[in-house]
Amino acid sequence: MNAIETVGLTKYYGKSRGIVDLSLAVEEGEFFGFIGPNGAGKSTTVRTLLGLIKSSGGSAKIFGKDISENRQEILSEVGYLPSEAIFYSGMRVRDVIKFSADLRKKDCREEAERLCERLELDTNKKVEELSFGNRKKVGIVCALQHKPRLCILDEPTGGLDPLMQREFFSILKERNAEGATIFLSSHVLSEIQRNCSRAAIIREGRIIACDSVEALSKTSAKRVRIEGKADLSALSDLRDMQVSEEGVSFLYGGDINLLISALAGQKIEDISVSEPDLEEIFMHYYLDGGNEK
Amino acid sequence: MTVIKHELKQSRISLLVWTASIAFLFAVCIFLFPEMKGEMEGVSEIFASMGSFTEAFGMDRINFGTLTGFYAVECGNILGLGGAFFAALCAVSVLAKEEKERTAEFLLTHPVSRAKIVTDKLVSVMLQILIMNAAIYVISIGSIAAIGEEIPWKEVSLLHLAYLILQVELAGICFGISAFLRRGGLGLGLGLAAVMYFLNIIANISDSAEFLKYVTPFGYAEGSDIVANLSIDWKLAVLGMVYCVIGIAAGYVKYLKKDIA
Repeated sequence: MNAIETVGLTKYYGKSRGIVDLSLAVEEGEFFGFIGPNGAGKSTTVRTLLGLIKSSGGSAKIFGKDISENRQEILSEVGYLPSEAIFYSGMRVRDVIKFSADLRKKDCREEAERLCERLELDTNKKVEELSFGNRKKVGIVCALQHKPRLCILDEPTGGLDPLMQREFFSILKERNAEGATIFLSSHVLSEIQRNCSRAAIIREGRIIACDSVEALSKTSAKRVRIEGKADLSALSDLRDMQVSEEGVSFLYGGDINLLISALAGQKIEDISVSEPDLEEIFMHYYLDGGNEK
Repeated sequence: MTVIKHELKQSRISLLVWTASIAFLFAVCIFLFPEMKGEMEGVSEIFASMGSFTEAFGMDRINFGTLTGFYAVECGNILGLGGAFFAALCAVSVLAKEEKERTAEFLLTHPVSRAKIVTDKLVSVMLQILIMNAAIYVISIGSIAAIGEEIPWKEVSLLHLAYLILQVELAGICFGISAFLRRGGLGLGLGLAAVMYFLNIIANISDSAEFLKYVTPFGYAEGSDIVANLSIDWKLAVLGMVYCVIGIAAGYVKYLKKDIA
């Protein structure tokens, strides 16, 4: 069963674009990444799924239920972490967490306590006194304390220090192992590469690629680094060329045999050929490959 | 229930401050009455002969030298204006503040229907208005008893009832406005209450502006009329409730399909 399924989902704010014809399927139990720069439509997608905004076209289902008809049922199975977690000023952390649980009509005290302990969150503080990162932790507890079947996380790691990020992802991985679906929207590619099994790339409101993270990273292009002087004039399809004192580095998309024969007669000191990382793929999609689907 | 509880908790300080301020002013005025009573005989005549100024505040129909007359005017100015401001502020911000303070995203991603949230917020506004009016009523009666005057139950109760209806009407209209707002709106609420107040004064002064009584809730909450006739102008009050219901209905319709920023 699909945890999330959208067909031709479209949202315009007046005339300005939010998302266009967005079709996406996330299977239950997946750890899914949703990549795109600021303003690409990530938050619009998430907010539409959660029923905060109404789509202008297309349809979306969560666990097979239409988002516009079964909003309440859906939300009871979803945990949402907004990119900017803001709470009612004047409330203490523990009151916010309790309020969230009360709104869900669930007793989540045990799980909330466990999460607060793992995230080292002081529940006596007032929310307006918290730093950005600590507010985020409150958001995380509110999003996870009721053990949702689907976690929707919008740029979750902003403000968290690296140790906390690691703890946070280990919590997510445990939840994922227990069967929860994780939908992670982010522009931090390493995060997606390290944690997600599948990912979609969104650009200017449209999905431009959706595949396993492995397949997305594996294009025909290789990252080639050469130390020493090399004459590359015989080669075509070179991209992202970086020349330094020691040598040269570029993305090579052509026939690997041509590369070898071109280099065969030359005196180079060292060579490495590797898969480009997701970041490079991303740049590739964004800078010049954006129109292919 | 959760949202109502939360809402009341959030606004308890503002409710307390408004109630205490209005009740305090009430008590002070009532305690001043015995001292003023003696001097009022002359003053009343002066007040009654100031032409349109007299009409503006309805002082041609009541005797300022009696407790009920004095009370009607005091009531009109303190509870009328103060209560109207409180009701308008409370209602105009109740929905809009979630977006202004950016807590809407938190609240509306919980499994609670929007209709339920709107209803709970409306109930919490009306509860606050009821609490405030009940407290002021009790303190007011207590103060009259404390200065040794006989309590004019009917007049006082009618006056307080009229102002309660006025506040409910304003709250209903402002509640509707609140659903359309993204940011603040406090100025709008205060402005609306003030404009309504002045419309009534204009209606009092000029005969050709009488029709304004059909617009402003201060028309049926006119202290001097109520004391003089021992009745509220129900025709106007019912019309006011119609405005109130329209406001609330507009609020529901808008908020149920609103895109939350």
